[in-house]
Formats: sequence, C-alpha cells, structure tokens
Amino acid sequence: MTPRISLRGISKRYPSVVANDDVSLDVLPGEILAILGENGAGKSTLMKIIYGVARPDAGSIAIDGQTVEIESPAQARSLGIAMVFQHFALFDSLTVAENVALGLPPARLADVEARLAQRSRRYALEIDPGQRVHDLSVGERQRVEILRSLLGDPRLLILDEPTSVLTPQAVDRLFDTLRQLAADGVSIVFISHKLDEIRRLASRCIVMRTGRVVADVDPRAESEAGLARLMIGADPPAIAAHDTPPGEIALQVSSLSTRGAERRSWLHGVSFDVRRGEIVGIAGISGNGQAALMAVLGGEWLVDPDTVRIGGRAAGDLDPAQRRALGLRYVPEERLGHGAVPGLTLAENVLLTGDTLQSGGLIRLNQARELAAEVLQRFDVRARGPSARAESLSGGNLQKFIVGREIHAAPSVLVVDQPTWGVDVGAAARIRNELIALRAAGCAILVVSEELDELYELCDRLLVIAKGRMSPPVRPHDIAIDEIGRWMSGLWAPAAAPAAGAIA
Amino acid sequence: MKSFALVARATPSRLFAWLSPVIAILLTLAAGAWLFALMGKDPVQGLRVFLLEPLSSVRALSELALKATPLILVGTGLAVCFRANIWNIGAEGQLIAGAIAGGGIALLATRESTRAFVPAILLASALGGAAWAAITAWLRDRFNANEILVSLMLVYVAQLLLAWLVQGPLKDPAGYGFPQSRLFEAAARMPLLIEGTRLNIGFVLALAAVGFIWALLARSVIGFQLRVSGLAPLAARYAGYSGRRVLWFSLLLSGAFAGLAGGLEAAGPIGQLSPTISPGYGFAAIIVAFVGRLHPVGIVLAAFVMALFYIGGELAQSRLGLPSALTGVYQGLLLFFLLACDTLVGHRLQWRSAARAD
Amino acid sequence: MEIITSLVATTMSAGTPLLLAAVGIVVSERSGVVNLGTEGIMLVAAVTGFGIVHLSGQYWLGFVAGALAGALLSMLFAALAIGLLTNQYATGLAVALFGAGLSAFIGQPLQGQTLPARGADGIALLRDLPLAGPALFAQHWLVYFALALTGAVAWFLFRTRGGLVLRAVGEAPESAHALGYPVRRIRFAALAFGGACAGLAGAYLSTVHTPLWSEGMVSGRGWIALALVTFATWRPGRVLLGAYLFGGVTMLQFYLQGQGVDIASQWLAMTPYLATIVVLALISRNPRWIRLNMPASLGKPFSPNG
Repeated sequence: MTPRISLRGISKRYPSVVANDDVSLDVLPGEILAILGENGAGKSTLMKIIYGVARPDAGSIAIDGQTVEIESPAQARSLGIAMVFQHFALFDSLTVAENVALGLPPARLADVEARLAQRSRRYALEIDPGQRVHDLSVGERQRVEILRSLLGDPRLLILDEPTSVLTPQAVDRLFDTLRQLAADGVSIVFISHKLDEIRRLASRCIVMRTGRVVADVDPRAESEAGLARLMIGADPPAIAAHDTPPGEIALQVSSLSTRGAERRSWLHGVSFDVRRGEIVGIAGISGNGQAALMAVLGGEWLVDPDTVRIGGRAAGDLDPAQRRALGLRYVPEERLGHGAVPGLTLAENVLLTGDTLQSGGLIRLNQARELAAEVLQRFDVRARGPSARAESLSGGNLQKFIVGREIHAAPSVLVVDQPTWGVDVGAAARIRNELIALRAAGCAILVVSEELDELYELCDRLLVIAKGRMSPPVRPHDIAIDEIGRWMSGLWAPAAAPAAGAIA
Repeated sequence: MKSFALVARATPSRLFAWLSPVIAILLTLAAGAWLFALMGKDPVQGLRVFLLEPLSSVRALSELALKATPLILVGTGLAVCFRANIWNIGAEGQLIAGAIAGGGIALLATRESTRAFVPAILLASALGGAAWAAITAWLRDRFNANEILVSLMLVYVAQLLLAWLVQGPLKDPAGYGFPQSRLFEAAARMPLLIEGTRLNIGFVLALAAVGFIWALLARSVIGFQLRVSGLAPLAARYAGYSGRRVLWFSLLLSGAFAGLAGGLEAAGPIGQLSPTISPGYGFAAIIVAFVGRLHPVGIVLAAFVMALFYIGGELAQSRLGLPSALTGVYQGLLLFFLLACDTLVGHRLQWRSAARAD
Repeated sequence: MEIITSLVATTMSAGTPLLLAAVGIVVSERSGVVNLGTEGIMLVAAVTGFGIVHLSGQYWLGFVAGALAGALLSMLFAALAIGLLTNQYATGLAVALFGAGLSAFIGQPLQGQTLPARGADGIALLRDLPLAGPALFAQHWLVYFALALTGAVAWFLFRTRGGLVLRAVGEAPESAHALGYPVRRIRFAALAFGGACAGLAGAYLSTVHTPLWSEGMVSGRGWIALALVTFATWRPGRVLLGAYLFGGVTMLQFYLQGQGVDIASQWLAMTPYLATIVVLALISRNPRWIRLNMPASLGKPFSPNG
C-alpha cells in the first residue's frame, strides 16, 4: 500500500538547537500512528514542517507517492492534511461558525454552518455554531478545532498533545472519534508524552529523542517502563518513599468564595487544610479556579481575613510580604515574568522574596548575591553565577532556582503551582525530591499540578478542583484513576469521602 | 527564495544596547547632511554650523549646558516613569505648570526682596509640576484612565492656562499689550554659575538630580520596586509591591522635576512668563530619555546631543537661512533611527530561505 | 432657529476631521496595531494639502496629496513597528513628534498664505430646503464622504470575509498565522488605510475647515480621535456619535463667545480637552468592559518567526 505520507531525511535547525535530525517515517491510510517524546524532542517542529508552518533545511515529503513542497498551511490543507494544535488557533470573540469558516477557503457562512452541523452529528461532537468561543469550555474548544479540520475532508489528521486539557472521560470520547475516522480511511498522527494513552489508542509508535527517531514499535507490545526508557534514554529516576505521620494544621482555607474576571475562575466555598509534615495535592484541569486559589493563597488577591489561616493566624487580608513573615512561601506557575524577572540577575531576583535583604529603604546587594550563590550551590542550579540573568537559564534550572529560593527560606508552609511543568526529567526528579525532603523536615506543602502521576507520587492526600469547587480529600491509593477523572468533571458525592480520606 | 529575516535572540544583546544610540546619532547626522544638500546648502558647511560651532567657545559651551539643563531634568524624571512602564507623555504640561507656579512666586518679589526668593521659586515650581502630574496619577489610580491620553490633554490645558494668565491677570501693564508678564526682579532670578554667560545654578541642580536618581534606582527599595513593576508587573505583584505606590511616586517625581525645569527656565534665561516658555522641552525630553537608554548617565549625554540640535538649529537659521523648525525634524529622525537600531538589541538578522511570504 | 441650524452645520463640519481620523484608526486598531502618531500624520497631511492647493489651485489634488502623505507616514510607522518589531507606542510617539517637526518645517513658507476661492458647498437642491437645508445639506462634499466611509467600514468589518479576517488578525495574530493568513501584510494594509484617512482629515482641516496653515493647527484632534475610538469600543457607528459629539463641544466655545458669555476664550478652548479627560475617566472605570471589547492583540508585537 502506498503510504499516505512519507518523510525522508527531514532536518531542521534553529539557532540554539537541532530540532529535527534526519527524520524518516511513513504513515499508511487508516493507520493511527503515535509520536512519543519528551518536551524538546522535536515532535512539534516535525508537525509544523508537515503542515507548512515551517520549512525543512533538508529532506523530502511525499503525499500518496508524489513528492511535494509544502509551503503554507493553505497548501497543506489542499493536500488533505489537517492539524489540531496543542494551543488552539481560535479567536475568542468570534463565533464557532466564524472560527471554522476562517480555517476554510472563502465560503458563505450559512454553508459552513450546514456542513458543520452534519460533521458534528456524524462524529458526535456537539457544538452550537452561534456561540462565541470565549464562552466555551476547553473540551468544547478542542471540538471546534477538530471540526474545523474535519470540514476540510482531510486524509491525514495530526493532533498535537490533544489530551492535556481533557478529563479522562473526554479523552475516551476523543479516542472513539479518532478510531471512527481511522476506520473511514483517514490517517491519524497523534503526538503525546502520555504512555498509557498511546498504548490504548495507537497500533504503531515512533519514539523521538533530541530530534531523531530512535524507535518504531508496537506500543501494545511494550511495557510502559519500556516506552519510558526509550523516550528518556535511560531508566527514570526513582522517587524516595515516605513514612512519618503529619502534625498540626499549618494552612487552613475555610469557605473561600471569590468572583474573578471570568466566570470559570470563580471559587465557591472552598475549604481544606494542610498539616505540617504532609504534602497535599490539588488535581484538576487548568482553568477551574486554580489561578484564583493561587492568587488568594499567595497574597496577590486579598480576601476576608478568616478564610485563610496560616499557622492559626487569620491571614486572608495580608499582603505577600506579611505572609512570608508568617512562614508561607509560594512558587507561581510561570517562571519568567511571574516567579522571576527575566532581565534581572539571579541576585536581584532573590530580592523579590528576600524581605530581610532590605534596611533603611536601601537594598543589600552583597547579601543578596551571597544568598543567590547559596541557592545555586544547594540546589545544583547550572548558571554562570549570581550575576547571570534569569532569562539565560534553562527552564529546569530556573525552576530549581525559584523553588530553591523559596525552600531555602525554611518555610512552614510551601505552596507550589505546577512544580515541574516544562522541566527536563533530571530537574523534575530533583525538585520532587526536594519537596519530599522538605516534608520530612516538617513543612506543610500544597502542590497544584495537572500531572496526575506526579501527584500520585508525591502526595499524602489528594483534592480535586472543578468549576471552582473543591472535592473532599482522599488518599491517592484509595482512589482509581477514572474515579478521579469523574471528580475532575465535578462529579464527586458532596459530603461523602472514602473512610480513609480523613486523617486522624 | 532567500532573504533576510529577523529572528528573536534568546537574551538581549548587551553590545547593541550600548551601540544602538551611537549608530542612531550617526545616522541622524548623515540624514542631516543629506537634508542640507537637498536644500541647496553645502553639507559640510551645514554640519560645521550645526555641530562644531556650538562647541567652539566657553560662551558657546555655556549656552549648550544651559539648553541641556531642562532636558536633563525632565529626561531623568521621565526615565523613572518609563522604567516603571508609566507613560508620562505630558511632561510639557508639568513643566508649564511648574513655570506658572515658580513664576507666580517670582512676580511677588520687589526691588527690595532678598535672595530667599530663589529657593522659594524652586520649591514652588517643583510643587506645581508635581501637582499637575498628580491629576494624571489620580485619574489613573481611581479610574484606570490611560495616562498617555490624560497627560497629553493636560498639556493643552496647561498651555491655555498659561496663555490666559499672561494675557489676563498676570499681564505686564507696561508691556505694550504683548502677552507676557512683568520682568522678574533681580532677587527672583537664578544665580549665575559663570559670569558673562547665562549659565545658572540650574545646571548643577540637574546634575545633582541625575546623581540622586542613579542612587535611587540602583540602591533603594522603591527604585527596585519601580524597576520590577516596569519589567514584570506580575512579578511585582508576586513580591507584594504596591502598584499604586509606584504610580504615585514616579508621576510625582517626574512632575516635580519637570516643574523645576519650567521654573528654572522662567526665572533663569527668560526672566518672565510668556506663552513660549518652552520650545517643546517636555517632548524633546522623551526622546532624550529613550536615546539615553533610561540610564542617568546616558540621559546626560543624550541631553547634550539634543541641546546641540536645538542650538544648531538656531544657528542654522541665522547663519544659513534655514528654517529653525529643522530642529524638530532632526529630533524626530533621531528617535526613529534609535527605534530602528534597537531592533538589533532583541533580534538578529539572518540570511535564510524565507519561511513564508507574509 | 438660526442658531440651531448653524450649530448643527458647524458640528458636522467640526466633527468630520475627527470622524475621518477615527474611522481609519478603527480599521488599523482592529488589526491589532496602535498608531499613536495620528496627530503627527494629520499635521503633515494638513500642511501638504494646503501647500498643494496653494500651488495648484485644485482642491481635490490637495485631498489626494493629504491622503497620500498620511498613507506614506503610516508606512514608515509600519516599517518600524511591524517590519522591525519596534515598540508600537514609542514608534507612534516618534511619528507624532516627527510629524510635528516636519510639518512646521515644510509649513514655514506657507504661513499667512491664502487659498483660492472654492465653489459653493453642499448638495444642489437639497441645500435650498428650509431649515434642514442649511443645517444638513450645505456642507463640503468631504463631510458626506466621511459619513459614507463610516458606513462602508462598518459593512466591511461585520459583513464581509475580509473584515472577518481583519478582526481575527487583531484578536489572535498567532492563530491567524497558524491558519495561513499573511498577518503582517494585512496589518500594513490596515495601517495604510488608517493613515490615508487621517491624511484626509488633516487636509480637510487646513483647506476647508479653516483655510489656513499655522504650526500645530491640528491642536490635539489626532489624540482625541485615538481616545474616541476607545470610547466607541472600536465600532464605527459609535465613533460617528462620538466624533460629532466632540465636534459639537469644540464648536461650543465659539457659540458661547458669540453669545457674549463672559468667560475668557482660553477657558472655553479647554473644553474639548477636559471633556476628553472626563469621558476617558468614566469609560475606563470598568477595565473588564474595555478588555472584553478590545482587539485582544492591540499593541503587542507579532513575529512570524516566533
């Protein structure tokens, strides 16, 4: 059978990195091919080349046996290639129909709406064409993206990390759609770093590492550990285990309700606590109130004093510096621009949360430099020194620095938002181990993360946030993944919690 | 098809951050020479009049320093604002308000008054400028109104206010009906630095202001908070810095500096209040701040370059018969060239195959 | 009655330069670019238009020259802000300052010059109607052109594919780029249009509204037009209302002076600027509302190379 698409010797180089190095692969009609690799392995670049958003420095592409030069997304679409981006190419203030129409050659809006309705029925992807995109949930937005690509009658559909924003139930529905498309003869290329999903969906898996194809396997014949080894190139680092019982309550949130800019991010009666010597995790799809909760805990949003208690003290109306004085430290989700100032040096960035480094209205730069050097040393941060600019560090190193900066202050409560997002495997392991060590030292730690595996590894208790409401706490080992998935859609029983959830 | 493309740098180039203003100045001079030629004048002659004559004697240098004084003062204050990402475009209005306040005090002096008037005038000017800037700060703080448009509208209001004052309540009864105030008494004039020139203590004040701001930005807590607020507003909130404090501090400070410059002009070389108190110093200072890279030392240098343009323009008019508005053209060109050269700070030129025609 | 017809007529005339400039700004800002240089563009166009009419005796030539000058200056802005990715706000300011200087420079020989007489204004027949005639139908043709242009831009933005694409580009240029639209070219075109409109506005000011040239004669109308577009949340219909409202305020001072109201002229002259400040304050109080209506990418640089 002639491959639907054939890549030979594709290479692409950017100023600081080789994104693709002599990549060759074939995809047959009706086949579901997964491309597995870590962040930075070159998967997205390869897809951009196929979709005409980027040009390869070397190599050739053939569609149905014919060599082609793909120079633009419009041309790719005319060749039957469609792409659903990881970061949706949608326009918030326009309607679903208008968004879809923009992805197609010029046509009457009414025609577009009709075809949209037809496709949406066929693949059970319900959507209201007249709704504005900014009112849609993330899962619904993805549906719009997929429908837009389907309306072009694609013969090759590429999906870039489609499940990172979906609940487990939504993932099932997506997979059903994809299987049906494959049965209709559409080739599917599915990019992911989630091993279990790849094994569920794909019959073939290409593993990429640092720009090269390192394996072409049947994922169902491999174990997850085997796939992970191929992806990382080594055995994944082990995480230390934990045993000590937790102490008194260090952070308490009681009936926290807020109204923010977007309805989706309102909080409704959120209550939970974190004890010394334990790690509590908050799972949930992004956009369900985490940002508001973090802003409240970090002190960027002030609320009623009693709703947040730090070490027993009413703290809801205290500003960040006052909270730091009470022993609460916070690591925000975004490194550059929020947790650190890109253009300032590491020594200067230490000043952001280094309240003791000021006196008489002046800053003590020498002491800041020393402190920064200590953090670099203790947390194995690869940087030129305290005078290195924050933006010159790699993601993993900067994250180590920021987390390290806060841990170094010996907090009694640490709040961390997405501790290892976008961070290489080595640094991620180091950060997780630091959190575990901090727990052993008696700190109360709250971790918000979208990676369920991470939460399962680290946490003593788990909470799920959905649509601004907090589930009751559970122990990770007492709850199955698809139950958590239902909770992420808000479907937990209101007052019920498995018996082992409450800590005596 | 191969062509040039601009590709973002991983970290901004330090080299170009310094080089860019220099290249911009050179380009402006080149454009200037070309303009001279276009108007039928010898470009070399033109450049000599424009560039060298203002530097040719102690007297000429004193005039240069005198012209640079308001530019240094206002530019330094604006640097503080711009670093905090607060776009105070209405420094011209604050300068005028300061001139009005200082001039108002100056007009109270009589033949018998003492030199105590001098600090009084300076204080009043600074307060007047700060008060004018406070309007913008309040509107931004309370109503979230865009400070660019508000401060600009207030420039027109300040100009009209001054026009009304010198044509009405403050008009010189012995002035043949011209729109101007009485001439200030000697006690209310700024003490001179060098006898025989017009250079007054304002120049020293300006340099002192520069030193003060340098220390403030580098060493003080509020200076650091200001810098972070401008560079990364989210990080500033994370750290717990008060955006409101930064807003008021920077606007009041830059307003005070601009007002001070206005008072110095009125009580210094001009010696009275008139509608033409400022040939657009408040706007030229914006360019000075940019060309000076928002850095105190750079601003002093840029102010002298800009002062050179001002005086060169006046000389070009009297010596070569060229329109004095040439100065404005050069100032605008300088800013354009600077912005263009600045591209190379954040981006690199690459010769490569075009990704897409766009 | 005379007073009312004259008020209506002068409001239309005074509102027209604001309307023309603001409609152009709506288009360019809808593409996601903010060009603060409108004041400078209007000044250069004003002096150019005046000069061309003075030299050639043809008014239409003056308008064309003004529009062209405006488009060219916008292209200079675009070359920097879009091509070289300079900061849009600083670049716009540079255009404003440069325009002020350039117009003063070009205009020096033109100070105090006069223009040849024009034919009668207004729409034949209609202008002879009682009351409505002198109020509405005795304007220069550019006034009616501005109204038609407003309608055309509204239709373009909300009823055509081109307008949809423009709005998409302003909303999310990265998404538009990913879908294959030439974001930069579209922005260039939008800016050229905006510049041409501002140019027309400037030429109208110096050749029809007050047929003279004097340095700085645009007197802040360019800035007011920018504020107007924000007040009107980037909708042409609301822009029309706002432009005429402000035109009326501008004319109010002359009306009051004519009525012998005993306030010094300078205070009356402050009214448009103070009015702008007041409206700005009222409108901005709810930042969410502005953000909801604003083209989301306004002011942010876009590079196709990432």
